[in-house]
Amino acid sequence: MTAVTATPGHNETGAWRAALPQLAPFFGILALALMLPFISNDYWALIGTRAAIYWVLVSGLNLVVGFAGHLAIGYVALLTLGAYTTSVLVAGNILPPVPVFAALPVAAIVGAVFGVIVGLPALRLRTFYFAMSTLGFATIVTQIALAWQSVTGGGIGISGPEFPPPFNTAWGFYSLCAGFAAFTTWMSANVARSRFGRALIAVRDAEVAAEATGISKPKMLIAIFLFAGALAAIAGGLFATLQTYITPDAFTFDLSVLFFIAILIGGRGSILGPMLGTIILTILPEIAAPLAAWSTFLYAVLLLVIVLVMPGGIAALLDFRNRRPLASNRAIVPRPAALADIVRRRAGGTTLKLHNIALSFGNVRAIDGLDLEVAPGQIHGLIGPNGSGKTTTLNVISGYYAAKSGTMTLGEDALPPGMPAIRAARGIARSFQTPRVIGEASVLQNVMIGGTIEGKASFIEAMLALPRNRRDERMLAAKARALLGVVGLEPLADVRADRLQHSELRFIEIARALMLDPDFLLLDEPAAGLSSDEIERLAGLIKAISGRGTGVLLVEHHADLIFDICHQVTVLNLGRTLAAGTPAEIRVHKEVVSAYLGG
Amino acid sequence: MLASILVSGLAAGAIYALVGVTYNTMFSTSRVMSFTAGQLAMLGGVFGSMFTLKLGMPIIAGFLLTLLGCAIIGIITEFVAVRPVLKNLDQHLYVLSTLALALMIQQVAAIKWGTEPQPFPRLIGWGSGVWDEKFWLPVAACAITIVCLEYLYRRTLVGRAFVAIAEDNFAARALGLPERNLRVASYALAGVIGGVAGFSGGELLLAFFANGALLNFYGFVPVALGGLGNNRGAIVGGLALGLFQQAANFLVGGIFSSVAVFTLFIVVLLAAPQGLFGASTARRV
Repeated sequence: MTAVTATPGHNETGAWRAALPQLAPFFGILALALMLPFISNDYWALIGTRAAIYWVLVSGLNLVVGFAGHLAIGYVALLTLGAYTTSVLVAGNILPPVPVFAALPVAAIVGAVFGVIVGLPALRLRTFYFAMSTLGFATIVTQIALAWQSVTGGGIGISGPEFPPPFNTAWGFYSLCAGFAAFTTWMSANVARSRFGRALIAVRDAEVAAEATGISKPKMLIAIFLFAGALAAIAGGLFATLQTYITPDAFTFDLSVLFFIAILIGGRGSILGPMLGTIILTILPEIAAPLAAWSTFLYAVLLLVIVLVMPGGIAALLDFRNRRPLASNRAIVPRPAALADIVRRRAGGTTLKLHNIALSFGNVRAIDGLDLEVAPGQIHGLIGPNGSGKTTTLNVISGYYAAKSGTMTLGEDALPPGMPAIRAARGIARSFQTPRVIGEASVLQNVMIGGTIEGKASFIEAMLALPRNRRDERMLAAKARALLGVVGLEPLADVRADRLQHSELRFIEIARALMLDPDFLLLDEPAAGLSSDEIERLAGLIKAISGRGTGVLLVEHHADLIFDICHQVTVLNLGRTLAAGTPAEIRVHKEVVSAYLGG
Repeated sequence: MLASILVSGLAAGAIYALVGVTYNTMFSTSRVMSFTAGQLAMLGGVFGSMFTLKLGMPIIAGFLLTLLGCAIIGIITEFVAVRPVLKNLDQHLYVLSTLALALMIQQVAAIKWGTEPQPFPRLIGWGSGVWDEKFWLPVAACAITIVCLEYLYRRTLVGRAFVAIAEDNFAARALGLPERNLRVASYALAGVIGGVAGFSGGELLLAFFANGALLNFYGFVPVALGGLGNNRGAIVGGLALGLFQQAANFLVGGIFSSVAVFTLFIVVLLAAPQGLFGASTARRV
């Protein structure tokens, strides 16, 4: 078995053919939705409408929960907000009445704003805290709706907006909602497939690596909270019409549970899964009428079963492609020569300089007055015993730690301490001691993450799949594929990254770093866990990278590799420079030999 | 009015503090925040009313059976929702598994017990007005619980083992402590504390299925403000929250008091994500 999986073609028709198996289920659901009016009665129109409305909300929430991994369990609050905003505007309780098609966009804006307000805590808090804050918001909105009688009608309620013909019949309204659902599916799929969708998953599963590639977590999250909030509020407006009359009781927490669980049953990072989940959960209580009172209990049982037995959800069940076995005897064969076609040659000139850097953790001086210079096109080795401050030095350069004193300069400009997310834009890329890749994304997507900041299209352009976004995608995919060829992983491009071996992950990280065309590449023990053949190929690859003008800072324990390829070597001990010079000088340096190399 | 604010604030605050301690007790041995904490306190009220009013048992017997019932629910939590997800703690699946269990508890309570608040018996019959037992009972229960917990943690071998596991799980296991059994025990203990919270606050909150979700939030606020696993923080935070909420309740009205609590919660967490008494984050890289 030589071919690992089928490699999709590079031209447009090939891309279509590759995407068809993924698109087919959506077209199937769409066909069913179109057929529904001809094969059923008004009762099913109601159920179909409800499923469509729920999906409008879930398609946005899916980006928050399934892609960004934030456990927003109180989204019924935004549904409530949208329902009341639309109803109040149409009824004219505060302002003169407005037509419903004008009220919906206003509700969307209100929903988007509150989506961000509810989401803000997610910038600093994760998991349980964020879940709690959305839960708290959900209780408040209902209480306000109950208390603000002059506007919301309090416990008595308010009538929902009425749509003009032809949308005022059961099937007319159904087609409107199905249209909204189809449109939001398209938009959320566009976001999910763009560099924004990949960046969300990167922040979720490999936050540190995402920062190193220059992804700004706040910007990403705010964009999707706006999006999800707007969709939830529109769903609310439609929901109010469906109910014809709304009271705070209509917005029970059970709805929130339904939305949230639909996504988890569907599976993280999928659009089709949550869509099926929404449809199933909407229909389930209908076909099991005696169980209607127990529906939330059933949802909860389903949630528990999914979490304990099948954390991947429906999406993992449907992911046939990643069940094919991989070749077990595969080897990584990099083609460094191909680099010349992909990475632009550096003019050189800027040097990365560290001067008198010091940093301590508590009473431990991790780095104690370090000077270091990495010149373009040079490989600079950084060696020393465990705990001598090698990785800490890399972390200071890439901004995860702010040095207590000392200066860093890049050419003429100062490199500010801290702020890891600006390093990528300054041309500094890195790999990590423990590879930080996104297990649930494909190898190709992992590498494409590295080029996130090279994309030109805005979030709106990505959402609507405008030409600039399509250009970005083509450029990033082509470059990532080419770089996978350089590091020797091209046959594995479409495989889920968590199925790969450790050594392969190290090469993914290098390919990801090269997406930036970096001026400086920081490699943290890239040879750890590699076989001697692989180390040899790695050496060739690193030499080729520096040959294109990139300055490489290499932290390594394999002394052979260091002495083989480095131009300069710095030896650290207890956070200080023990020796610095050419490999030949270091090899015979007395203190280095006794402290580190042994002899 | 000041007196009413003080007594109702301290009473509500004591209940929140106890729910906070329930969270912490589960967290200390498992590193898991469980959505069942508030439900345990809800069950304290529902079980109490069921045993004493519906089944007509003496107060003491009802109290003990309530605690037993809550302890069993605590143990079920450990077996069903915590143990299976402990291996991959970093995936935070416990948020979902405990949420699922909490929803199941709440739904069963709603269907079997009813969705209307139901009365809770007078337990002792001492005091009236601001000295009514419904106000001082939760405070007394909170004080007694703290004293008992302090005794447990400082003077008994089992309690010290709890502390050891909370401090350093790996080291404790290396010393040969039966980590799994202690974890089950701590979940039973959490059930008892939650049951005490619900039972002592029964006259104030009544036996109502929706108290679970409410107490989940109001009990978590002091934990978040005080720092995870910090009982002292939870108690100070709980009492302060109760006073703040009741003051807002009397001064600006009920709805705005919950808006005020929510705003306080968000602002403090954004300013100090580790809580006011918590330790700073671990290294990320």
